[in-house]
Amino acid sequence: MIQLIVNGQPRRFPVRNHGKAQDSDGRVLNITDLLEHMGLQGKRIAIERNGEIVPRSKFDQPMLADGDRLEIVVAVGGG
Amino acid sequence: MRKRETVLDHLNIADKDYSSRLLVGTGKYKDFSETRAAVDASGAEIITVAIRRTNLGQNPDEPNLLDVLPSSQYTLLPNTAGCYTVEDAVRTLRLARELLDGHTLVKLEVLGDPKTLYPNMVETIKAAEILIKEGFQVMVYTSDDPIAAKQLEEIGCVAIMPLASLIGSGMGILNPWNLQIIIENASVPVIVDAGVGTASDAAIAMELGCDGVLMNTAIAAAQNPILMASAMKKAVEAGREAYLAGRMPKKLYSASPSSPVEGTIASSSAPASKDKSI
Repeated sequence: MIQLIVNGQPRRFPVRNHGKAQDSDGRVLNITDLLEHMGLQGKRIAIERNGEIVPRSKFDQPMLADGDRLEIVVAVGGG
Repeated sequence: MRKRETVLDHLNIADKDYSSRLLVGTGKYKDFSETRAAVDASGAEIITVAIRRTNLGQNPDEPNLLDVLPSSQYTLLPNTAGCYTVEDAVRTLRLARELLDGHTLVKLEVLGDPKTLYPNMVETIKAAEILIKEGFQVMVYTSDDPIAAKQLEEIGCVAIMPLASLIGSGMGILNPWNLQIIIENASVPVIVDAGVGTASDAAIAMELGCDGVLMNTAIAAAQNPILMASAMKKAVEAGREAYLAGRMPKKLYSASPSSPVEGTIASSSAPASKDKSI
């Protein structure tokens, strides 16, 4: 299990290794897996990890590490 | 005095033409279908949206605003509502750009306090500089301070959006004189953003020479939002046409009847004026 801070809330996620090697920094989960785990796959969202935008093209790269802070946002009504 | 175009009267923002000069927000509606109906009744082409954290793990089938108001049909203008710092505003718009597939036209607002929602101009200017450097086209919410407005234009904002009165107040145009100075000094579009309460407020803003009006609460909080959206569309058009037409001068006396003075069937002439100058 790893712990991520998602939209300000601490959450624990199982590590699921789809045959992908763990990188040298111990990053084992990618964004696509995370979104699927949270039921957000296919949604119009944008993601920031530790203050930096994660482009959609990088969603499949294993990059999440224990303690990462993620913001997952959507467009809502506003003035 | 700025040029009064009479042909092809389009609102041009960042090299794109828009035929509607009314920009509307999408907040405070009871549901997305009312939002969509109000937007359509307003005729607005540019509509603001907010960027917020998604609900985690709740209502997976929750409708999405971007499905109701697709970017193929509207120019979406993501805002930084609720941001009180440069960092929060810049991060929010970077997320918006990613969310909207590289879209760069944005509405920047950096607020000063939650009670008045008045803009913090020092932070606003800093945020605008960063965003422009990063390639954003920034439409900026500002106080009605002509100097701040000019500074925002000079650093490269594509539209200057002074408040008419506080956000959501519906108090109308409190300082037409400052707006007039901002309009006369600006070479980018000036759009009144915030404070409009009813149709006449929007018409007055346009008669002053504003290039457009942005509103949300005036429509969403009306008893009948759809009807008010339609009223605002007409008010903005009427105000624009009146501005282009050029109003008659105001005069307290020297009345000039619209009907011929000769040929009436009256048996006696009008009483003589005591004023020798008439």
